Amino acid sequence: MELQMAGRDTAPLPAAAATVGSLLEVRDLGVSFATKEGRAQVVTGLNYSIGEGETLGIVGESGCGKTMTSLSLMGLVPPGGRVTGEIRFGGRNLVDQSARDWRSLRGRDIAMIFQEPMTAMNPVMTVGRQIAEVLTVHEGLSTASAFDRAVELLEAVGIPSPNQRARDYPHQLSGGMRQRAMIAMALACKPKLLVADEPTTALDVTIQAQILDLILELQEDTGMSVQFITHNLAVVSELAHRILVMYAGRGVENAPAEKIFDNPLHPYTRGLIATLPDPDRKVDQLFVIPGSLRIQPQRGCRFASRCSLASEICAATEPPMLEVETDHFVACHKVTP
Amino acid sequence: MKPLLEINDVSIHFGMRGGLFQAGPTLRAVDNVSLSMNKGETLAIVGESGSGKSTLGYAVAGLRPPTKGSIQINPARPHSSGRDPVQIIFQDPFSALDPRMTVETIVAEPLRLAGVDLSNRRMRVTEVLEQVGMPADAAHRYPHQFSGGQRQRLAIARALIGDPELIVADEPLSALDVSIQSRILNLMGDIREKLGISYFFISHDFGVVRHLADRVAVLYLGRIMEVADADDIFATPSHPYTQALLAAVPRIGRGRRLRGSALKGEIPTPLNPPSGCVFHTRCPRATAICSTERPELLPAPGRSGQLSACHHKD
Repeated sequence: MELQMAGRDTAPLPAAAATVGSLLEVRDLGVSFATKEGRAQVVTGLNYSIGEGETLGIVGESGCGKTMTSLSLMGLVPPGGRVTGEIRFGGRNLVDQSARDWRSLRGRDIAMIFQEPMTAMNPVMTVGRQIAEVLTVHEGLSTASAFDRAVELLEAVGIPSPNQRARDYPHQLSGGMRQRAMIAMALACKPKLLVADEPTTALDVTIQAQILDLILELQEDTGMSVQFITHNLAVVSELAHRILVMYAGRGVENAPAEKIFDNPLHPYTRGLIATLPDPDRKVDQLFVIPGSLRIQPQRGCRFASRCSLASEICAATEPPMLEVETDHFVACHKVTP
Repeated sequence: MKPLLEINDVSIHFGMRGGLFQAGPTLRAVDNVSLSMNKGETLAIVGESGSGKSTLGYAVAGLRPPTKGSIQINPARPHSSGRDPVQIIFQDPFSALDPRMTVETIVAEPLRLAGVDLSNRRMRVTEVLEQVGMPADAAHRYPHQFSGGQRQRLAIARALIGDPELIVADEPLSALDVSIQSRILNLMGDIREKLGISYFFISHDFGVVRHLADRVAVLYLGRIMEVADADDIFATPSHPYTQALLAAVPRIGRGRRLRGSALKGEIPTPLNPPSGCVFHTRCPRATAICSTERPELLPAPGRSGQLSACHHKD
């Protein structure tokens, strides 16, 4: 299987040799919404970068802001949402760009795949035509040659009898095949960055393994970067070079994947790892993170009310993100260099 | 002593719609399944979507009669009418609770249908709410006022109120966030300990199964591929399908995955299952015999308690 790199001079990078140069730099990102009780800040002061050919895993539970972060990279934050800070991609700041600039970038330089392809695809249009549409809009291909290219793409993502499947409607495909078709659509214009929002959560483990394989394979072929969002640390450990853990709209820990798993430093990251039932080890009682994400203090560290290490300073001031060890960033008063 | 649950050669078939003068095809959701479980034991049923695990669970809960074979429950103690020894909890705690009823009405409904009077019902509601770790004042509130994890607690309370011996749990954790999952899992463990309840636990998550199950049955296209004590399934899986499922579970601390280890293909349609061993179309070990002869469920070499339906089992 091979995706041709026509018209682009980025040589395929070996996946491990990441972080040559940053493709994406997110600085002080904020996303907020107007509500009756004032502005709700769903993402605050978020910083991260993704190198060329690198995979960043963003991990957190429902409501941590990981999906809004991804949507802001696509210019798709819902109406009423305000995005502040900087999203630097290819030398320019995307935050202030016009709707027209977003349209030319979206799907071409940055593409996104979602948890449930059924909601992301048009139910009354065949799979082949939907993929072809991306190519006619962005690359100016004719309808016929775009359709032929769509069939090639379906084949490249491992869909059997791609010629017939291109003429099927989304509901006629199985969940795994739909996810493959959506990946084909996202990769139609060879994006530099693929944003994947829980793409395997709705799938069986065997199909999940196939989709993870597919993403790795396409990344090796094309050298694209990936931002992979999930609530499952085990899934992201299979793919990511680097991991950013989010809690209540903020980044709490950011480090290479092996550091996160070998030496997690933030109490929330430690809790998330400990709370996962391990298929290789039986324990009497699973670790439980007390409290709930829904109750957040107004000041100080957002995690303080659920943290066993919390003291006065945690309730008083917000901990800054510090480089505690080489290339290992943590926002916690109790973890210091 | 008789086992609590005996599933004897059960098949569940669905007739699909055909043409005007022709019968439709038959969907074999469950095919010649025999299982038994003892009192206090937790049996996990594992398999992909379309393996028939939920259909089997519904039959155990009495919600769907088997087409062939029998399901027998042997309660250890007498159950007055309406107090069914078997109860069920579902995957989605949002759709399982009627949004227009108060928690008290929802949780007490099995008793109301059995004709238990109001004051006794109320007493019992307070008791089971406490057992699932919910405050007593929850009784007068509505389902939408609770989070997903709390609603799953309410569903468990409703299952407990009739004092059952067996609870069929159909993927009770998959709709919950990871940090909530571990709480419900601990709760289910505590309840089993205190009340001596057995779980018929349907799941696709091996981490959860490892934690809760005493025995595990692996289902594929309606048939049992392997059944054994949980310790044996995890330590020495015998069937190639069990091995593939276990290998596909993402794990922390292995580093980035090695590409190409994933099981190929998808589960075929139960309308037209493969001949011989139903797994042979995806099996890395399949040979000629696998497509012609259905393997029997027999002990794995040297392990009499571990049954595996495979011509080339480990």
